Amino acid sequence: MFKDNIASCVRSLANEESVALDRRGFLRLSVGTGAGLVIGAYIPVKSATSGQAAQAGDAVFNPFVTITPANKVIVLSKHLDKGQGTATGLATLVADELDADWSQMVAEFAPANAALYKNTFFGVQGTGGSTAMANSFEQYRKAGAAAKQMLVAAAAQAWKTDASKITVSKGVITDGTNTATFGELASAAAKMPVRDTVTLKDPKDFIYIGKSFPRLDQKAKVTAAPVFTQDIHLSDMLVAVVARPPRFGAKPGSVDAVKAKAVKGVIGVVTIPGGVAVVASSTWAAIKGRDALQVTWDETDADKRGTAELLEEYKALAAKPGLSVRKDGDAEKAIAGAKTVIDAEFAFPFLAHAPMEPLNAILAFKDGKATIWSGSQLQTIDQSVAAAILGIKPEDVAINTQWAGGSFGRRAVYNSDYVAEVAHIVKALATDKPIKLVWTREDDIKGGYYRPMYLHKVKVGLTESGEIAGWHHRIVGQSIMEGTAFAASSVKNGVDATSVEGVSDTPYTIPNYEVEVHNTKFGAPPLWWRSVGHTHTAYVMETMIDEIATRSGKDPVAFRLAMLEKHPRHAAVLKLAAEKAGWGTPVADGVARGVAVHESFKSFVAQVAEVRIADGRAKVDRVVCAVDCGLPINPDNIVAQIEGGIGYGLGAVLHSHVTLTDGIVDQANFGDYEVLRFNEMPTVEVHIIPSTEPPTGIGEPGTPPIGPAVANAVAALTGQRIRTLPLAIHKLAAS
Amino acid sequence: MTKLLINGREVEVTADPDTPLLWVVRDELRLTGAKFGCGQALCGACTMYADGAPIRACVTPIESVAGQAITTPEGLEGRVAEAVRAAWEKHDVAQCGYCQPGQIMAAVALLNGKPTPTDTDIDEAMNGNLCRCATYGRIRTAIKTASETLQG
Repeated sequence: MFKDNIASCVRSLANEESVALDRRGFLRLSVGTGAGLVIGAYIPVKSATSGQAAQAGDAVFNPFVTITPANKVIVLSKHLDKGQGTATGLATLVADELDADWSQMVAEFAPANAALYKNTFFGVQGTGGSTAMANSFEQYRKAGAAAKQMLVAAAAQAWKTDASKITVSKGVITDGTNTATFGELASAAAKMPVRDTVTLKDPKDFIYIGKSFPRLDQKAKVTAAPVFTQDIHLSDMLVAVVARPPRFGAKPGSVDAVKAKAVKGVIGVVTIPGGVAVVASSTWAAIKGRDALQVTWDETDADKRGTAELLEEYKALAAKPGLSVRKDGDAEKAIAGAKTVIDAEFAFPFLAHAPMEPLNAILAFKDGKATIWSGSQLQTIDQSVAAAILGIKPEDVAINTQWAGGSFGRRAVYNSDYVAEVAHIVKALATDKPIKLVWTREDDIKGGYYRPMYLHKVKVGLTESGEIAGWHHRIVGQSIMEGTAFAASSVKNGVDATSVEGVSDTPYTIPNYEVEVHNTKFGAPPLWWRSVGHTHTAYVMETMIDEIATRSGKDPVAFRLAMLEKHPRHAAVLKLAAEKAGWGTPVADGVARGVAVHESFKSFVAQVAEVRIADGRAKVDRVVCAVDCGLPINPDNIVAQIEGGIGYGLGAVLHSHVTLTDGIVDQANFGDYEVLRFNEMPTVEVHIIPSTEPPTGIGEPGTPPIGPAVANAVAALTGQRIRTLPLAIHKLAAS
Repeated sequence: MTKLLINGREVEVTADPDTPLLWVVRDELRLTGAKFGCGQALCGACTMYADGAPIRACVTPIESVAGQAITTPEGLEGRVAEAVRAAWEKHDVAQCGYCQPGQIMAAVALLNGKPTPTDTDIDEAMNGNLCRCATYGRIRTAIKTASETLQG
């Protein structure tokens, strides 16, 4: 989602590259301070659930690496792990340069401290845009290499030998005569001076990078350990649920809390800016209290439009010129003179993220200091939002980041919506007891922050031989970035890059190409949803290209390749996916293949879906995927993210939509906001392109191609070009 | 007071008799393995057993299971459970992991009843358990691995 230039931030994997460490960063704080290394900012704030306190004997090498006397290497992940495997990935980088043994690696989350832990692409501490590995690749390797250098120096001093005679392998340090574990030397090593440069490994010497090692959080998750915010119980903690208005933009009017307060366990009812909070001694009491609450909403500023009215407005806008995004040649003239014109309108619904762990956050405020426990994805913003509400400084807000039960974008919020709610509740109650805010699933589905509804109007003119003569493209929908702190980098001349990404930067060679956008306003706040703009732009581009190929009597793979001459990485994944899927070879009766290729977050993904129609519905049997995400750090995790990205995208394409009637959301829970279920998961085969390019995103890029790949197969089977999602609203019939 | 038998331990709880088992177990007994996901028996994250059969604890009033042997993910033991957890680790199934205690409860119940399940058996047993990370493919593989281990 963030359009920074990754190439400028990630250096190439030069052999034996000697890199000057950033002395303004972690070195400044570690040089020569000896035991004083254990300064506040470095002490990992352990989670309330792990039961561990930072131990006095732990040796802190730098902000990212701590080694315990028990010989554990703790890697502090500056990024939230909400399932995408980042914590394990960052530990892999450290383990490799440190020559640690995998069994000694531990991943924990870094405290909120942007000076030490900012995302180097964002300038604030945060996770998103599939940037975690790309912005950390060199930083965490350096941290591991620096720690190793210090361990070797300590060994040389202890054994009165030269550092050059010392080797480190799988967590054991030796000079041939003496041996020691990291834990044995850690305390002395952390006091060693840090040199200005570290030498990073030659990629041929990698021991973990490029190989698949198991996730460090797997055992805890398989044994149902309490690792989530939802699982935390603090002493004296109270639980809050919030009644929010049925229409976006409405505010609390009059509140009758008599019945709510009569519910056993309810302690208080307080009005906050966005709603009315019921605070109780238990979650169930808070939920029952809210059920009993009677609120009259002030609907002065409420948005009363439904999705049907919005669609009509969007269609009317699409008939008018919008803000210019790109203009190559003269598309309208070329279309006017074309032999054939395809005039297509696509409609995409609002989508909720619906992570399995409903949104939640705990906040305790005592003696002017606040502590938050949350699956925090934008720690710096969460800090400043909570601080502003509580009237304290951001640095007086500590965040204990917890493993998050999914996010898909929902926990990275430009206004920290639910952290703000809990801060308002704590302030309104003027309590020093910790408050745990819990959203129910209904709150989540009805709560906004959706992937916005979009309309695309596309007109393509074809020549007699079926080539593209001109392409005119209008996109209508809410800007995600406008009005947020990210607008400076993402919105230019009114054009939000995330509304048009995937169309404005098409890799296809298209003469006379024109793109426009209309920004719309709606009460439901918009938000990025796994792969952001690509969720709709890939669908439009890849189904249109497919339709043009089919109409022109050309093979969809060959047609694409002919227009990708200047984009070898697109072409390579497309060729590989087609080859591995047996493109062009016979399929079973009633089955058709569909293909799509798309770049997002600097990674390139092609997918071939095998689809059949059963009971009027599309059933996806198999997806063959090729991916180029630069140097693969953990291939099995790449496979897992592609599997997950496909499943997440497929559920939305098949089933999911949030609709509104008179401004009120029609859906409430997984019964009517349907997502992918077990029996709908296709077999997924993933082929990774070997690469030594810097690593790029993997959490999101698997999602964009699945929709168009499936829709193209549906078209091949039925002749129906589906341009309004989800597929479930259409009755499909094999022709 | 309602008497419950949780993981072999008898407990008396003060919650109202119509309180869902999930909230009593999580908030009062502080066993947080079973998760809150939907509150409407639509996602399976809260799966527990009552007398060995899977139930949706989020919609099960405690009075309806008084006296029955309740098993939470923390109390899930035995050969089948061990094989299933080992298979989950082997295939690195969990991503965010929030639904996985429920998935594992469902998988163990399946293998208890059908030691060598077909793909259709697996679909039927697992279809009520949602995973937004879409780890379904790995869950299927892990169930088969666990089945083979148990046959071996």
